[in-house]
Amino acid sequence: MTEQRPLLEVTDLVKHYAVRGGVLRRQVGTVHAVDGVSFALGAGETLGLVGESGCGKSTVARTVLRLVEPTSGAIKLDGEDIAPLSKTALRPYRRSMQIVFQDPFASLNPRMTAGDIVGEPLTVHGLATGAKKQERVAELFQQVGLRPDQMKNFPHQFSGGQRQRICIARALSLGPRLIVCDEPVSALDVSIQAQVINLLIDLQRKQNFSYLFIAHDLAVVAHISHRVAVMYLGRIVEIADKHELFANPRHPYAQALLASVPIADPKARRTAPLIDGDVPSPINPPSGCAFHTRCRYAIDRCKTERPALQAAGTAHQVACWLNDGTGRGE
Amino acid sequence: MSEALPAETVLDVKNLQTVFFTNSGLFRAVDDVSFTVRRGETLAIVGESGCGKSVSALSIMRLVPDPPGRIVGGSVTLEGTDLLRLNDAAMRAIRGNRISMIFQEPMTSLNPVMRIGDQIIEAVRLHQKVSSKEARKQAVDMLRLVRIPEPERRAQEYPHQLSGGMRQRAMIAMALACRPALLIADEPTTALDVTIQAQILALIVDLQQRLGTGLILITHDLGVVAQTAQRVIVMYAGKKVEEATVESLFETPLHPYTRGLMASMPAVIALGAESDARLNEIPGMVPSLTNLPPGCAFAPRCKLAIDRCRQEYPPLDEVKPNHWAACWRAGEIAEAS
Repeated sequence: MTEQRPLLEVTDLVKHYAVRGGVLRRQVGTVHAVDGVSFALGAGETLGLVGESGCGKSTVARTVLRLVEPTSGAIKLDGEDIAPLSKTALRPYRRSMQIVFQDPFASLNPRMTAGDIVGEPLTVHGLATGAKKQERVAELFQQVGLRPDQMKNFPHQFSGGQRQRICIARALSLGPRLIVCDEPVSALDVSIQAQVINLLIDLQRKQNFSYLFIAHDLAVVAHISHRVAVMYLGRIVEIADKHELFANPRHPYAQALLASVPIADPKARRTAPLIDGDVPSPINPPSGCAFHTRCRYAIDRCKTERPALQAAGTAHQVACWLNDGTGRGE
Repeated sequence: MSEALPAETVLDVKNLQTVFFTNSGLFRAVDDVSFTVRRGETLAIVGESGCGKSVSALSIMRLVPDPPGRIVGGSVTLEGTDLLRLNDAAMRAIRGNRISMIFQEPMTSLNPVMRIGDQIIEAVRLHQKVSSKEARKQAVDMLRLVRIPEPERRAQEYPHQLSGGMRQRAMIAMALACRPALLIADEPTTALDVTIQAQILALIVDLQQRLGTGLILITHDLGVVAQTAQRVIVMYAGKKVEEATVESLFETPLHPYTRGLMASMPAVIALGAESDARLNEIPGMVPSLTNLPPGCAFAPRCKLAIDRCRQEYPPLDEVKPNHWAACWRAGEIAEAS
C-alpha cells in the first residue's frame, strides 16, 4: 500500500441529509450520516468497515461509488478525484467500481434471465454483443461457480447463495478494480455464507481487485479483510491492520464492540455487557468525541474537543484522547 | 453438567409431528421431535432456515397456521397438561400466561398504535383479575425490571418512539408479565446490533434465572448458543440430528452437520489466521422438504456418507452419556475425537 499510489483515496468525506419539517418543509435539522471520513485502499487489498446500524458505513460505500452524492470531500480513484465529476464524465469510471448488495432477492430483476442480468452491463457500456457477449457471460458464470446452462433461468429458480453468485458475476462483468460489498452474506445461511466468502476470496486472488467490505458480523469481516476500520456515528474511530485491531483494539468503542461478539465456546462465557444504552441520534450527535456519552473512560476533554485519527503504532490509527491519543492501550 | 437430581420438568415434547399441505405436496416441517425443558434451564434449538426450529416453537404455542399446517402427532406437555388436547379457549388462557414468546422483530410484534404500557396492561388483565391501577403498577414494574430507564414515562410512549433494543426490552417485559413457566425466544437478537445483542441476552438470562423460567432459545448463531444455553438441540430438515449439553456439543460435536456448521463459521476473530485462508464449506444446500432423499437428509452433503446413509435413516442414539446423535457414523466420530 505504501509502496505505490492507493487505488482509492477518500479524504474528509462528508454526507449530511437535511431533515425537513412543518408545513413549509423548512430544514429543521441535519443528519450527520458521514462526518469527515478519510481512508485509503490499495490494489488487491480488502478494507473492512464495521460499526452498528446508523454508523454510516453503507453511506460511505455508496458515496464512494457516487450512488449517493457527497456533501463534501474528495474521492480519488487512481489519483483522479471523481467527487466533482458530472454524470457523463463519471461514466468511464463506473466500469471500475461495482457493488454487491445484501439482499440477493431484491437486487435482481425477477423478469430477466440470469444470463441477461449478468450481460446487461456489457450492453450498457457497449463492450460486447451477440455471441461474444454470450461467451463472456458463460465464462463469468463458470468463474462464480454456476453452470452456463443456468443462464436461461430466472432469479426465482436460484437459491439465495446462487443469487448472490449472480450478483457477483454481474459485478465482475466489467472487470472492475474496486468492488464494494455491502453485507454480501448477511442474508445467507451459515453453511452458504462460507461458500460465498470463499468465492470472494478466490476471485480476488485471481483478479487482484480491491474490496471495500461492509458487514455487521465481525467474524466475517475479520476473516476476509486485510485492514479494518471501525465507525461510530459517521466517523472512523479506529483503523488498523486486521491482526493488530483484533489483538489490540485501542478505542474504547472498538474494545466494547469486539467484546460483544458472542464467542462460540461455552468455556469463554462473557460476564457483563461492556457498554450500556443505545447509539445516540446522528441528527444531534454528541459534542466532542461522539462516543463520550457511553464511554466508561471519558474525561472532560472528550466532551468538548473532537479527537482526530492519530498514529498509535504501526499501521494503526485511533481517534481518542486517552493516553496521549493512543486509546487505552497499555 | 453433573445434574444428579434433574430439576422439575416444565415442558415435555414427545414425538412432535407438524406437517404442511402445499400445492407441491405434503412436507414434514417437524418430524418426530422430542425434547424437554426444565425450570430455569435454557435449551437452544439451532439450525438453518427451513430446518423446523420455528415451526417447533409455533407448534408448542399452537400457533401453526391451519391450513396449510397441522400438528399430526405427538404430545406437548406443559406443567402436566397436554396442550395439544386443549380447546381454543383453554389454550388462550395458557398463551401469554404460562408460555410466552418473543420474536425476532419487535416492531412487527408490538401494536404500533397502542402505548407500550397499555399493551403490557392488556396482557396482565387478560390473565389476572386485577384492577387497572394494579395492572398499571405491574406494567411499570416490569419495564423497570427489564431496565428501561424512566419506566413511568416510557409506558406512555408508542413503539416507534423506542429504539430497537428498547422495543425488544418492552417485548420481554410483556412476555414475562404473567411470570410464565416457559419463555420461547425465536431469534430474539438477530435484528439487533452486537452491543445491544449482548445487553439483551444478558437481560434474558438474568431474568430467566431470577424468575425460574424455562427458556427455549431459537437461533442460527452458534456464538449465542455457546454464551447462553445449557443444552442444545441441532435440527436439520425437520429432524433433531443432535442433542447434548452445551459443553459436550462444542467440545465434540458428533453429527457431521453440526461439525460442518462449526467449521464453516469464520473462527471468531481468527487471530493468526491468514485472511486468505479458506473456510470449510458445506457443499450444496439445504434440501427442499417436499423432496427429501431417502435415508439421512444430510447424506448428499456429507463427506462421511456411506451407502447405508442413503438408504436408512439413522436412529438418534446416545453415543456418549447425555449426548445423542442421529448418524450411522457418530460412534466412529466419537472415537476419533
